[in-house]
Amino acid sequence: MQVWHWIVSDAGEGFFSATMRLAVPLLLAALGAVYCERSGVVNVGLEGMMLSGALAASLVSTSTESTTVGLASGVLVGMAVAALLGLFIVVLPGDPVVAGICLNLLALGGTSFVFRIVVGTGGTTRAAPTIANSPIPGLRDIPLLGPLLFNQTYLVYVALLAVLVTALILRRTHWGLLVRASGEHPAAADSVGLNVNRTRFICLVISGAFAGLGGSFLSLVSSNQFVENMAAGRGYIALAILILGHRTPFGVLVASLLFGLGDAFQLRAQLSGVGVPYDFLLMIPYVLTVVTMAVFGRRLYTPTALGVAFRRGQP
Amino acid sequence: MTALTSPLDGGWRRYAVRLLTRSDLASSFGAIVIALLVGAVLILAAGADVVTAYRTLWTGAFGSPQNVANTLVETVPLALVGVGVALSFRAGLFNIGAEGQLLLGGVAAALAGLALGGAPMPVVLPAMMAAGILAGAAWASVAALLRVHLGTNEVLSTIMLNYIAVFLVDYLLNGPARDPASPLARTAALPPSAILPVLVPHTTLHAGILVAVAAAAIGQLYLSRHVWGLRLAATGLNPAAARNAGLPVRRILLSTLAVSGALAGLAGMCQVSGVQGRMITNLSPGYGYTAIVVALLGRSSPAGTLVAALFFGALTVGGAAMETGVGVPASVVTIIQYLVVLLLVAHSALRLVRGAAPRAQEV
Repeated sequence: MQVWHWIVSDAGEGFFSATMRLAVPLLLAALGAVYCERSGVVNVGLEGMMLSGALAASLVSTSTESTTVGLASGVLVGMAVAALLGLFIVVLPGDPVVAGICLNLLALGGTSFVFRIVVGTGGTTRAAPTIANSPIPGLRDIPLLGPLLFNQTYLVYVALLAVLVTALILRRTHWGLLVRASGEHPAAADSVGLNVNRTRFICLVISGAFAGLGGSFLSLVSSNQFVENMAAGRGYIALAILILGHRTPFGVLVASLLFGLGDAFQLRAQLSGVGVPYDFLLMIPYVLTVVTMAVFGRRLYTPTALGVAFRRGQP
Repeated sequence: MTALTSPLDGGWRRYAVRLLTRSDLASSFGAIVIALLVGAVLILAAGADVVTAYRTLWTGAFGSPQNVANTLVETVPLALVGVGVALSFRAGLFNIGAEGQLLLGGVAAALAGLALGGAPMPVVLPAMMAAGILAGAAWASVAALLRVHLGTNEVLSTIMLNYIAVFLVDYLLNGPARDPASPLARTAALPPSAILPVLVPHTTLHAGILVAVAAAAIGQLYLSRHVWGLRLAATGLNPAAARNAGLPVRRILLSTLAVSGALAGLAGMCQVSGVQGRMITNLSPGYGYTAIVVALLGRSSPAGTLVAALFFGALTVGGAAMETGVGVPASVVTIIQYLVVLLLVAHSALRLVRGAAPRAQEV
């Protein structure tokens, strides 16, 4: 009942725009990983890419006073971290899960190190400039959909557009076919002269760009500063979203909105005090991940060659 | 691996195995050296003198009996959790959930210790260990049951269970289990009979180190000399083949993850009873995650994990000394630690490329 009350009341506007705000970092990270996992590369390093992107975006936009430059550097750093991972799991056939987890822990230590060098031990950054909402006139007044879709920062519009573009690229372009072939049957793709590992590397770097952008969203829109370990498991949740969304762009959109809704719900419940200890509310997104993975996890689509390193001349 | 090959071992084969083991040592050592060099660059970037910084790190870890004791105390949770993670690696499972299992083990042990307040030490300490072991095993079993019955990826489920455990512990320490006399979120102090005895007078070295060494020894014997250890390794090498050979793969996976969780819970007990003297919210600065890397560095063998835990313990204690003494952030040490393992991943991948057969302890 109380949920319905929030939705229909004035506060409902805040509820739905919060849903989108909380869903977008997950959506961006998971959407980028669609490219990478459809090409056959498991990307456990999303968490580290998000975290590094968040730090770069925050530091650069604080020092240049420009969020655009900040965003660009967040994306670039995400790509660089992905390229580093690619060295271990695409160029070399290293174990993607071990390498990904090490990379995440390395990023956790690395971001703390850089942050402390720049800011000094125990300090926080000056508040970085943030990105304001750019509502779309007319459309923003539609009930429910208005606050959800049309009264957001421009990054949200970019993310939604990216869902559409990704779907078109993967389904309708020659390169998209190549990506899917690399993930389904790399040996066949190789036999007709396609460079499987180059495609996979490019897809991993694209994934890094999206994860870096998602991380930048955390430190520039969701908050106005970098906090150590601010990704807080979102990279892993994005992996679950990817699996739940069948590794398709629209599936990922729906799954990440579901998680945004869960997160917005727990935030709202905390603020209005529903008599449940707040620790249990904070658990909701994580419990949601485990439960949905347990219920739907096995029946979902997985690319045939996912996680199998490709080496020419090997069966 | 020795357990699997030993029945067929000819002389040349034993020689080859010994040589490969030696090259394992060499590659671990090489990775450590490269990582320390990268660390040196970072120390320079932080504006400190490299020699002074590394000397401070060394004396911080081993410079006095008390420093050695600190290093060993830091080794205890890393070794206990690491041995459990190594066992799960051998069975082909990723237990990333040790952090949560350790925290819940700590809470359970503290509550058991408080409940048995007046009882003598030979009753209280085993009871606390049992409570920690059970809680850790139970939390790991959630992920294990989901994996075995519903096919849920245990990497994701154990990570999510870590976050859930953190909030659960925070709730308990702010609510039902809180010491009413304290403004902080923590339990009441444990009675003296619930504290692990100190081994060397005038230091902090507690009996937990004996528990850790025993766990590593038992784990090593189990893997190399016991039939269940062999079955566990066979399942890790090829689950389908193990199933066809009639091994109870589900039971092996379940019990291995439970044992892994039990060891993490035991580590939580040691921290509560040997270090803090009560349960606190930040009982672990990420031992559960660091121990994954420790197990990898130890090549997923319990004995190797014990040595790797000592190395990581020394780095952690020395790193803290370096931060206070020379002003270099202790996260340099974290970077060195994870770089070591990333380099090892690259090394075994390189060996794959060169055509050598992959071996079980490489994950």
